[in-house]
Amino acid sequence: MSSQAPSFYLIDEEEHHHGPGASTALGFWIYLMSDALIFATLFATYGVLSTSYAGGPAPHQIFELPLVAINTGMLLLSSITFGMAAIETEAGRLRATQGWLAVTALFGAAFVGIELYEFATLIAEGATPQRSAFLSGFFALVGTHGLHVLCGLVWIGVTLVQIGQRGLTLDNRRRIMCLGMFWHLLDVVWIGVFTFVYLLGVLR
Amino acid sequence: MTDHLLKILFGRLSLESFPVHEPILLGTFAVVVLLGLGIVGAVTKYRLWGWLWREWFTSVDHKKIGIMYMILGIIMLLRGFADAVMMRLQQAIAFGGSEGYLNAHHYDQIFTAHGTIMIFFVAIPLVVGLINYIMPLQIGARDVAFPYLNNLSFWLTVAGALLVMVSLFVGEFSRAGWLNYVPVANLQNSPDTGPDYYLWALQIAGVGTTLSAINMVTTIIKMRAPGMTMMKMPVFCWTALCSNVLAVAIFPILTAAFALLMLDRYVGTNFFTNDLGGNPMMYWNLVWIWGHPEVYVLVLPVFGIFSEITSTFSGKRLFGYSSMVYATVVITILSFLVWLHHFFTMGSGASVNSFFGIATMVISIPTGAKIFNWLFTMYRGQIRFELPMMWVVAFLLTFTVGGMTGVLLAVPPADFVLHNSLFLVAHFHNVIIGGVVFGLFAGMTYWFPKAFGFRLDPFWGKVSFWGWVVGYWVAWTPIYIVGLMGTTRRVRHFDDPSLQPFFIVAMIGVLIIAIGIAAFLIQIAVSIRNREALRDTTGDPWHGRTLEWATSSPPPAYNFAFTPVIHDLDAWYDMKARGHEHPAGGWRPIHMPRNTGAGVILSGLALALGFAMVWYIWWLAAVSFAGMIVVIIGHSFNYDRDYHIPSEEVAATERARLAAVGA
Repeated sequence: MSSQAPSFYLIDEEEHHHGPGASTALGFWIYLMSDALIFATLFATYGVLSTSYAGGPAPHQIFELPLVAINTGMLLLSSITFGMAAIETEAGRLRATQGWLAVTALFGAAFVGIELYEFATLIAEGATPQRSAFLSGFFALVGTHGLHVLCGLVWIGVTLVQIGQRGLTLDNRRRIMCLGMFWHLLDVVWIGVFTFVYLLGVLR
Repeated sequence: MTDHLLKILFGRLSLESFPVHEPILLGTFAVVVLLGLGIVGAVTKYRLWGWLWREWFTSVDHKKIGIMYMILGIIMLLRGFADAVMMRLQQAIAFGGSEGYLNAHHYDQIFTAHGTIMIFFVAIPLVVGLINYIMPLQIGARDVAFPYLNNLSFWLTVAGALLVMVSLFVGEFSRAGWLNYVPVANLQNSPDTGPDYYLWALQIAGVGTTLSAINMVTTIIKMRAPGMTMMKMPVFCWTALCSNVLAVAIFPILTAAFALLMLDRYVGTNFFTNDLGGNPMMYWNLVWIWGHPEVYVLVLPVFGIFSEITSTFSGKRLFGYSSMVYATVVITILSFLVWLHHFFTMGSGASVNSFFGIATMVISIPTGAKIFNWLFTMYRGQIRFELPMMWVVAFLLTFTVGGMTGVLLAVPPADFVLHNSLFLVAHFHNVIIGGVVFGLFAGMTYWFPKAFGFRLDPFWGKVSFWGWVVGYWVAWTPIYIVGLMGTTRRVRHFDDPSLQPFFIVAMIGVLIIAIGIAAFLIQIAVSIRNREALRDTTGDPWHGRTLEWATSSPPPAYNFAFTPVIHDLDAWYDMKARGHEHPAGGWRPIHMPRNTGAGVILSGLALALGFAMVWYIWWLAAVSFAGMIVVIIGHSFNYDRDYHIPSEEVAATERARLAAVGA
């Protein structure tokens, strides 16, 4: 018999299943779905508690829709600018990628800032997370989303440094792709928050 | 002034937090310290720290991580079992005038710790460990999809387990049952550290389990060897896939539920409180939406183990492979539709209870199909009654009874009588011991020679087997009976002396199980001593059928020098039948991931964060949290994550292997 590896094995296997990009995309996608389930749980919790005012304020008394609308605009715009960054990454233009990522971060920071202002106003009015189960559910859901945006901001900062150091290498492109999926998911979640918490809350 | 300073430095931790007045705990503490010092001393004396750190702790090799998971699970089994013995002893003597030897405060912590440890730190690590070790070999992969994440997952689980162990000697553990039920776990009712220890330990370990599940799903989907379509995948991999998909889907819910309870306890929100609109039953719903699928997270891979063993030791292809796969998938889906049967008594009405009752009964159909598949695999097979096969038979007999009592409990009117009774407790021990534990022992016996290159000693294995099987029935039959008569669970003292004989028999049963556990430990020691006599050089001691038996025992770091090409289900059996020869040349360098210490460091910081939060030591919490962020970001700047094993090294390893098999 031959001294070479027989046909039971793959002889030429240069990186046959080591394409880390594909595995990372799938793995990160599964992670995002698990994160979405955390939000699903928080939505469900809020749904159960959304009328448990316990004598405290109701949504239409405390929500300021114009402010929330501006905030929604900030986040939606940031998703568009991230899309621009992704296009520039694809084209291999480092400067433009950095620029669009920075703009995305500015919109994201504005979103977090406005949200913090909203929270501060609510707490000053006495609508604290401790006041009623409705407010507990509200702060947990919206706050968790805000924390995610904050994590995204830190991630954008780290990415800016890393592509500044190494350019748009294969590893860095993969990271930008994951960051993009993360950022857009937060947008999707926010659409749910805006609809079910704010719009339906004021209608009720 | 000093009081104030101490409070800043140590939070609510003080000298009173150490249970110096509890002789049982002091004794345990002394034993643990002596054992710990002994191990640390031995490791230092033989200068093994560097080796442990380089070869094991920082390893990203799925095989080594798998073995470490198994060691963690076995150590925690001893702790969880000690709790079980203490409960059995208390219930055997605490009748009438006798108060037993445990006060209520201590007894409640013991039953909480027993359940928590057995599920989260015994069953999960053992199941995850076996999947970690075996699954990549079965699909012909060189490692998992995210090797570093695998290491981190393991160490996060260790951090959680350590936090539970710390609660034994510093402060106290939860008294609110194994799922830390509200309203007992609310701040007003448990202002102590117990529920906080519970929450932080399980959050840290839970992150590890979620990451591990993501990793395993990605590995199975993306890294199968060429030719291995989904329907040519070994059943164990199918069950591992379904189990991990379930874990990805349920652990976020548990994480969210625990996070909300943490907010209640730390921030004063009102999710699960009794006033200001809070809803305690929402907690029960959330934890059981996690809890029931979790049963299948544990038992599905074990069904996979039984399938592999039945097929191998019957010398036949598994009967009804595709029905086995579909049954697994159906169980995966149905497991999400039954959680409410854990509290039919909540009062959700006849329609809701009927739906969940019927959904629960429906699960017995795919499960029954599996039982028949195993039986038909054995039918007309050339059965070799070696130890793994003995576990299969014991499982079939024991688990079927547990399944039938489960169907009985699924009937809502019956459940109204049996809810929170010892009948229920006997039922789930019947399926978990008779299913998960028997399966894990079967799997450990079956795959031990793969991991270490020598078999486990069969005599002590049989002693362990009979200890477990006889012990299980002696311990739990009387509990079934008193449960059916109406005895409730979590009771420390009984007034009715006519029940005492049952609990004494149960106590004898647990002692027989103790013989089984001791025999298992002796078996390992004896096998290590006699390893030359038990040595297997072929890599295929049982005449296996799946790919893990195609490589040497233990497998080299890279698993397969060349990636196998799969043409058939039972790939290795097929290769042998077609005259397989080990590759003898043409070696190439192999691309492998590099070890990293980031997982150990992150988990150490997570442990510090958990401990600090439990004791309100805010400065330490802030420092360790900031440290974690720094390590995560710092690690992301490390781009040098892989290397190539040179072809000369591959050649040397493979030559040694060929020499060993005498080819």
